[in-house]
Amino acid sequence: MSSNPGKFWIWLILIGLLLSTQFIGSYTPWLVNYPTEWVIPLTGILNAMMNWLVETTGWLFRGLSDILAIPVSVVQQVLQWVPWPVIVVLGGVASWAASGWKLALFSTLALLYMVFVGYWPESMNSLSLVLISVPLAIVTGFGFGVWGFRSKRAENIIMPALDMLQTIPAFAYLLPILLLFGFGPVVGLIASLLFAFPPMVRNTILGLKSVQAEIIESGLMSGATPRQLFWQVRIPTAARQLLLGVNQTTMAAVSMVIIASIIGGTADIGWEVLSRIRKAQFGESILAGVVIALLAMVIDRITYGFAGQESKEQSSETGPLHRHRYLLIAIVSSVTLFILSSFIPALREWPEAWVVYPADGMNRWLENFILNWSEAIGTIKTIAFFYIMLPVKVGLVDTISPYSWGFEFTPALKLMYGLAVLVVAGLAWFRQRKSLSLVILFFAILFYFGLTKLSWLMLITMASYMAFQLGGRTLAIGTLLSLLFLLLTGIWPQAMLSVYLCGIAVVISFLVGGFIGVLASEIEAVSRIIRPINDTLQTMPLFVILIPFVMIFKIGEFSALLAIVAYAIVPAIRYTEHGLRNLPADVLEASTSMGCTRWQLLTQVKLPLALPIIMLGLNQTIMYAIAMLVIAALVGTNGLGQQVYIGLGDGDFGIGIVAGIGMAIIAMVADRFTQGWSASRQKAFSGND
Amino acid sequence: MQSNKEIKLTCRNVWKVYGEDPSQFFNNNQGNVESPVTHAQKIRESSHIVACGDVSFEVAVGEIFVIMGLSGSGKSTIVRCLSRLVEPTAGEVLLDGENLLKKSEKELIEIRRHKMGMVFQSFGLLPHLNVIDNIAFPLKLQGLTLEKRRERAQRVIDLVGLNGREGSYPRQLSGGQQQRVGIARSLAVEPDLWFLDEPFSALDPLIRREMQNEFLGIQNQLHKSIVFITHDFLEALRIADRMMIMKDGEIVQIGTPAELIVNPANDYVAEFTNDVPITKVLTAGAVVSAEQGLYDDPDLPSIGSGACIEDLLPVLSQARAVIVKDAQNKTLGVATAANVISALARETHRDE
Repeated sequence: MSSNPGKFWIWLILIGLLLSTQFIGSYTPWLVNYPTEWVIPLTGILNAMMNWLVETTGWLFRGLSDILAIPVSVVQQVLQWVPWPVIVVLGGVASWAASGWKLALFSTLALLYMVFVGYWPESMNSLSLVLISVPLAIVTGFGFGVWGFRSKRAENIIMPALDMLQTIPAFAYLLPILLLFGFGPVVGLIASLLFAFPPMVRNTILGLKSVQAEIIESGLMSGATPRQLFWQVRIPTAARQLLLGVNQTTMAAVSMVIIASIIGGTADIGWEVLSRIRKAQFGESILAGVVIALLAMVIDRITYGFAGQESKEQSSETGPLHRHRYLLIAIVSSVTLFILSSFIPALREWPEAWVVYPADGMNRWLENFILNWSEAIGTIKTIAFFYIMLPVKVGLVDTISPYSWGFEFTPALKLMYGLAVLVVAGLAWFRQRKSLSLVILFFAILFYFGLTKLSWLMLITMASYMAFQLGGRTLAIGTLLSLLFLLLTGIWPQAMLSVYLCGIAVVISFLVGGFIGVLASEIEAVSRIIRPINDTLQTMPLFVILIPFVMIFKIGEFSALLAIVAYAIVPAIRYTEHGLRNLPADVLEASTSMGCTRWQLLTQVKLPLALPIIMLGLNQTIMYAIAMLVIAALVGTNGLGQQVYIGLGDGDFGIGIVAGIGMAIIAMVADRFTQGWSASRQKAFSGND
Repeated sequence: MQSNKEIKLTCRNVWKVYGEDPSQFFNNNQGNVESPVTHAQKIRESSHIVACGDVSFEVAVGEIFVIMGLSGSGKSTIVRCLSRLVEPTAGEVLLDGENLLKKSEKELIEIRRHKMGMVFQSFGLLPHLNVIDNIAFPLKLQGLTLEKRRERAQRVIDLVGLNGREGSYPRQLSGGQQQRVGIARSLAVEPDLWFLDEPFSALDPLIRREMQNEFLGIQNQLHKSIVFITHDFLEALRIADRMMIMKDGEIVQIGTPAELIVNPANDYVAEFTNDVPITKVLTAGAVVSAEQGLYDDPDLPSIGSGACIEDLLPVLSQARAVIVKDAQNKTLGVATAANVISALARETHRDE
């Protein structure tokens, strides 16, 4: 909000209107709750369209599916047929070549874990999907990237399409794929292809574009033909960026392969985790979840290792034996192990009797833990539920009762609440913090009535006006139309439930994450501890993050909230630390020489300067939270995530896709708002252009 | 000086105009307009940008031609027009009498492969290739065998003094060494015409001086026809046979360094020459007097007529006079302390 006096009064009027609408709402309910009669039956139309599409073109997609199923099953069978020690050794050697013995050790142990707990076949099934979808995604992404690089017009089409593909929750497009391609592993393949190729496109365009002009010119002056210039100058110079794209694409493929297993029909590790969670078998789900996490981490570190590698030093000076040493080691050890395995059955298939599967023990330990700590767990849950989540969701009016808070919300108390709010807001106003007073007023109303019970009319008006302030008329119109979509398709209530859960998660993540980020930027030890944790959380497939919270707090919104926070806190920490650490040194030196204490330096110089970067962190926090929301819907939330899930479960394409687009809309609006704010802030800092 | 020499490269009325439709200002890409100054004015008024306007000059075989100008003067654009890295809007570029601008894409590639070499300010090295492969890269593009490439690359590596670093990658080298790679690469195809676009500007002053000397040493061996771009007036003076000063895309003056110093065309050129220490430009040949009696004195040291006063002074401090000889070892006269002082007084006075 701005300090501009005109805007201040408009906001005050809007807030006043909101308040009065809330009161009038009890007589004219349509002002607050959008009437269901006004909903356009879009889901029905979409379903009809989808049915038509499946009927007319289904044969094509089924045929394609049958064709694609062949390589999938071939790779699956090969991976199952190859004795496990061979794959373990290959993984180890690849890690060694990518980044050294530490990673080799880690990868070997990780792969051995999969063998010892007896999840080898499932892991290999997941891996085979990844192995097929990654090359496809890389080739597709590279192709589109080159196209987008060559033609400005193509880029203008490709970029927004990528935004769409990446913000619509992956679940939402599982269903159309399912309807078109039929059941089976191919659905996972197609879904992971669609989800995984966008980062490759982005990195390809970025990499090709950022090749220095002088390098291109030097290629031209060396007499390169256009083809030589592209393949021998541009591509190798952009290699590092391209490999980063490969890494991101691979990770996206891994996470989507796991998510796609929700459809079932594939005996893979994702399905194992999911079905264990559903049966509330926590030991089992942790054991299987760790497999996913390890698989993802090994694949990530290997591809990232190759991307970050300095090109092979002195390669031309050394002999072929040395140059191909990794390949040689890999071949020799594979062949040896292969031959050995035909004599020693345990090397071919890990005997079931040797499987170490401590699930029962873990379950018993967990039960004990919960029994011993039940009081603390219960208290935490109750406090969070009655004092934070419920007020935001349905408002203090409906929350405060003798049962929850221990007293009645009498009219006298309500009056006192109103007076207290006015006093605080007035104080802020007198101290020339006008925007702050507006924020206080708005949130006071929000807490009183609850987010889900605020008037749709006023919320849309306020959001559109906010958009107008942040990004001008285009953003305002875009916001208005997007929000109208939520309204007209009848998913407004669910959307508000999503906003409520995400909103709380984002606030917690941003505050806690920001605090940790500040600590990490000031204290080296904190930074060193927090970095590997962040890395792990970021490579961890989203499913797995759910497990520990569900174990302790059971299924429900609170577990979902914690899981979202655990995931969304990472960018908040990262960006805060990054922003605070990368400030212009001369400003800091100047401030220090003026006699700033460390505290003053932090609060009055560093934080304000780093604010634009921190706000980008907020943007990412919101995006992460929305991404996790869909996954969290698995353990019981009532928002759009759940709708997507219902659509998938019932095979109702319309519901699923509308809810999916709804989430994408929320994500995009939030994205443009925070970016608009950050951009205007940055502009104010740099003074010009 | 160049009149009796063969001309390698001719740049005739070359224009480069940026904007929506630059070709509208020229008939059939003809650059020789009646009044270039008003023409450029007209182009600018119709919201186009004149990166270089009506640029004409010639480079003789074996000559170092320096284009000097501040940033935005159009010097980088003009050198790119010469190699068609930038397509000129109008004008002619003749290499050995043939118009480069009429060449097809294919012919152009052939010309670049065999007749031109270019050195870039930020080196333009390929990060994924080591020194020898970077240098041999143009040869690889021509399809030469590995053996042949290595052999020819090794020759230029010796020339620029990079022996022992063949296997290093660009990022492992210092700036000076990277530029040596750039120089070696541009020479690997044995071009006649050598473009250097601010080759030493990214280097620190000491290295720059060293590289200038090495550059002159290489040119003494190879006798290329050179177009050298710089924004450093002193650098231009040091290495130029002839130089051209550019401003706002237009030529301000062309001449030998001495001509520019003695006869600056306008205040803009004088602005540069004023800062030049006279002792660096004034040559021994300009301060001689014909005291014939001293010509055969065997005790007197002698010096070439091209040596600057700065080099003359230490010699002069050891003797009462110095004999000045020209390139053919013919005695031009003697330089005495009094000669030098009066010459300096004359030049300093001119500045005021």
